[in-house]
Amino acid sequence: MTNRAAIQIEAARLRAAFEAQGAVVVEPPVLQSAETLLDLYGEDIRARAYVTSDALRGEQMLRPDFTVPVVEMHMAHGAEPARYTYAGEVFRRQEDDANRDNEYTQVGYEIFERTAPDASDAEVFALFYDTLKPLGLRAATGDIGILTAAVEGLNTTERRKHALMRHIWRPARFRALIDRFSARADVPSSRVALLQNPDPMANAVPVIGLRGPDEILGRINALREDHAADPISAREVELIDAILAVRGTCAEALPQLSEIATQMQAISPAVDRLAQRLAAIEARGIDPGALEFEATYGRTQMEYYDGFVFGFYAADRPELPAIASGGRYDALTRRLGQGREIPAVGGVIRPGLVLELGGLS
Amino acid sequence: MSVKLGVPSKGRLMEKTFEWFGARGIQLGRAGSEREYAGFVDGIENVELVLLSAGEIPRELAAGRIHLGVTGTDLIREKLALWNTSVTQLAELGFGHADLILAVPQAWVDVCTLDDLDAASAAFRTHHGFRLRVATKYHRLVRDFLRDNGVADYQLVDSQGATEGTVKNETAEAIADITSTGDTLRANHLKLLDDGLILRSQATLFRSQTAGLTDAERGTMNRLISKLELS
Repeated sequence: MTNRAAIQIEAARLRAAFEAQGAVVVEPPVLQSAETLLDLYGEDIRARAYVTSDALRGEQMLRPDFTVPVVEMHMAHGAEPARYTYAGEVFRRQEDDANRDNEYTQVGYEIFERTAPDASDAEVFALFYDTLKPLGLRAATGDIGILTAAVEGLNTTERRKHALMRHIWRPARFRALIDRFSARADVPSSRVALLQNPDPMANAVPVIGLRGPDEILGRINALREDHAADPISAREVELIDAILAVRGTCAEALPQLSEIATQMQAISPAVDRLAQRLAAIEARGIDPGALEFEATYGRTQMEYYDGFVFGFYAADRPELPAIASGGRYDALTRRLGQGREIPAVGGVIRPGLVLELGGLS
Repeated sequence: MSVKLGVPSKGRLMEKTFEWFGARGIQLGRAGSEREYAGFVDGIENVELVLLSAGEIPRELAAGRIHLGVTGTDLIREKLALWNTSVTQLAELGFGHADLILAVPQAWVDVCTLDDLDAASAAFRTHHGFRLRVATKYHRLVRDFLRDNGVADYQLVDSQGATEGTVKNETAEAIADITSTGDTLRANHLKLLDDGLILRSQATLFRSQTAGLTDAERGTMNRLISKLELS
């Protein structure tokens, strides 16, 4: 365990370096509205964040990350464009692995900028890449935007697309939905019985609770419509699977995705963005051909990222979590912006892990 | 010093536990009056009976304050993270059967599986502006189960008793609770989801992995375990 004072000194040094890049220092509060986080992440956040409460303000959470408070702060009174940096502790409940820290320091850099998103992606990535260079880390990248573009472009009902988008970050559920919508999975017998029943609500069971007969009937009608709709074609499922299987260096991944885009026009803009991003990264003196790319990277843990995602790992210390990670979170600004939105990208470094690996000097 | 055995302090669980040990030649009982929480152990030397609430036994085992304890699997899993690193299961005792299940109103003819519940939750949130409420006291078990099964847009609301009544009272839309027969569910117009079995539980004898033993206590523990025919 690295000395906490040393971690604070390293954090201050990193934050000063980010400030020198033009970022404004911000100090979000430790206690966050539990309601905001629960609305964003759902009940699962309770397994990952510490909840506390008082009789006046109700439930509060110890900040599990800085992104949400920084976005809230920017949306409330930030000037545009903006670059922010911060350093401080985050708190993560650990229930499955006693070796994972439940409290650790993060230093972050976030960009809110409407123009040239590729340049902003490259700016954050290159800043982290250059900062961490002495550690010789492995850089992993991905782009959730390609998968979401593929889902948006499917030749199927809006309702199915919406269901798939809702579960983009839950791979098992996403797969189950794809199987169901493409008629590859068996329909449960209870569903068959429901669809065959001309008047399923004719029984004498009392309706109790807030979910009323109109809602039940509404869903039955939705299920009937879904049943009548054509399944997602085997061809489209193959293309989704092909996207999910893309992995390799960026130099290998880009032509693979371009090839898929010739058969699935909907992802072309997202693939073009990837190409532009790689060019912007190259313009900053980093060989993108050597970076790893995985289309599914960041799909299980980073649920607010909806575009470019990245992480830096110590190749010889596989037990360590990412030393740094980040990505683009345009949709989060929309969720927290109360009608407003702004493209945003950023990331965090963990100075404690940096020191554990020997430090940057 | 003695080997400490934690047993639920009242009701059927206590009586059945006494019977189970009695059938194996070890008589357990409460000393003195009905109101006094002191116990006696006959049939083996140096074993001390500690009468506790079944809900506190997991914590006492994990802390190493008792060496052995009888409680439900449900309580061990709910209260102890990484339960199998702090306690070892020695024997299922064959009583106290209870299943932790997820139930919704019978009137929800469109909801029979977790897949349906997830879709209904999404629609409910859009319609009502808040996440569908599941009443339970087993927060961790239910949350892990729903996460593993990809159910989103729900919230857990705490219910420490009369959980089956929460739907009718409109403080929850669904429940997750222990049921032994299902009669209470039916009486409250609720139904079990087809894939809504979260955990099968029964009274179980656990051994603490953290409670230290002196040489003498180790001897007692070995005699006890062989007498109970667990080794």
